[in-house]
Amino acid sequence: MLAKLMSYFLLGLVRLLTGSQARWHGCPPKAEQRIYFANHQSHADLVMIWAALPKELRSRTRPIAAKDYWTRTPFKKWITTAVFNAIYVARDKTDDQDPLAPLYDALESGDSIILFPEGTRGFADDPQPFKSGLYNLTLKYPDVVLVPAWINNIQRVMPKGEVVPVPVLCSVTFGAPVRLEAGEERRAFLDRARLAVIALRDV
Amino acid sequence: MNQYLKSLTATQQIGALFVSVFGCLLLISIVAFFLSVRDRGDDATAEAWRTELSRIDGVLRTSWVMVFVFWVGWLSGDTTTLVLFAGVSFFALREFMTLSPTRRGDHRSLILAFFIVLPIQYALVGTRHFDLFTVFIPVYVFLAIPVVSALANDPARFLERNAKLQWGIMVCIYGMSHVPALLLLSFPRFQNKSAFLVFFLVLVVQTCMVVQHFASRQFKSAPAAPAISQSFGWPGWWTGVLTGSLLGGLLAGLTPFAPGQALALSFVACVAGSLGHLVMKALKRDRGIPNWGRDGVSVTGAGGLLDRVDALCFAAPVFFHSARWYFGL
Repeated sequence: MLAKLMSYFLLGLVRLLTGSQARWHGCPPKAEQRIYFANHQSHADLVMIWAALPKELRSRTRPIAAKDYWTRTPFKKWITTAVFNAIYVARDKTDDQDPLAPLYDALESGDSIILFPEGTRGFADDPQPFKSGLYNLTLKYPDVVLVPAWINNIQRVMPKGEVVPVPVLCSVTFGAPVRLEAGEERRAFLDRARLAVIALRDV
Repeated sequence: MNQYLKSLTATQQIGALFVSVFGCLLLISIVAFFLSVRDRGDDATAEAWRTELSRIDGVLRTSWVMVFVFWVGWLSGDTTTLVLFAGVSFFALREFMTLSPTRRGDHRSLILAFFIVLPIQYALVGTRHFDLFTVFIPVYVFLAIPVVSALANDPARFLERNAKLQWGIMVCIYGMSHVPALLLLSFPRFQNKSAFLVFFLVLVVQTCMVVQHFASRQFKSAPAAPAISQSFGWPGWWTGVLTGSLLGGLLAGLTPFAPGQALALSFVACVAGSLGHLVMKALKRDRGIPNWGRDGVSVTGAGGLLDRVDALCFAAPVFFHSARWYFGL
């Protein structure tokens, strides 16, 4: 109940501040299993994609949250589990466990996920090189559709280190799905995926 | 008819005004609907006709929303009206800032503009502190914004960034807040009827803009500043301004003014509004976009609110100050 109210509050807030325009270029919003991957410049990125998705898809699409950061306080933990139904991923490497294991579980159970392959929030205009998580996921689950997304302007709403967001119109552009070609190398695929995200900036 | 209208109370008169405005809008919408269902074939003239019709449809839709907003504002009292206009300011400023690139160092200044300056300005209107209200932004905020920006420790394009922010605040907050301020201005022997004054201003300025739009097409004169606007020419401008002023003179009965005064004030408002619109066009050219709305810009989702209200934002302060000065209020 409280989580529902919180999600409506966040949706309202995001629409008031950013307009949260979704622009579907290259694929329609559709209830198939997908991995949305996007550039990452602000905490608000996650909320932006989440708010830009239609209501029906929102409940089946789970964002990924860094475990160390998002479980630090009870409130952060509550908002990521109860409102966003996030998947926790450990950022610090432990040898005994694959850090992507929670993602495999989620994909196994049919959920879509939102992924920021840069791993951390960036300052520059262009996204940083992608980490290999995206490659590993699509290698293991080739049937899941990879949808690139470009989040525009959000770094102006809430730059890294600021707490109060300001109103600036933002949009999320979803592009045509990217597929892993037969025999494609890890680095080549990740660079191609990154360019697919950057290309959406000027659509 | 006139005698009957005069015998009504202020509330009844305003009610009658809304009934007639809603009636007119309904009539025009019905006509536009029947024009749109009529089949005109597929040639070039029909295509041009359809684009024109869809433009009229857009204007009609805005008019419905605006009149509805005024109506709700009037029904629910001054506070709600203030909140509604503050909302319009907020969304207009959001559009303005979206298209003026800001840097990280501007973040605190933007917070100041949206969440502190805007509410204070409207609170000053609501509490009728008119003397402070007219100087708050040009005097105090003028200093406060660059101070906050300077403390952010980023000298790159400092003047340009601050100028943009100041401009956005002047047009979207300062200009817009003068419309509800008219509601609270009390003229002698004109109690509780200030809603007419707002209606008068909006109608006169909008008429001027619409007439100017169509007249400049008819005249096909050389544009006065072709790099900024292809459609702005002096004959069309004069037609618009004079038509708006004449309408204002005819509507003097709605206002506390004598016909001559109403004509002069409408003239001032029309000149300010139409030239302000031209200035906003120049700003848009500078940013390389045809309008503030979504047709022009690909990635921002702006709705084009600023395109519709910019003339009003420039006309309202001039109208407000000349009325206040002339009548010594």
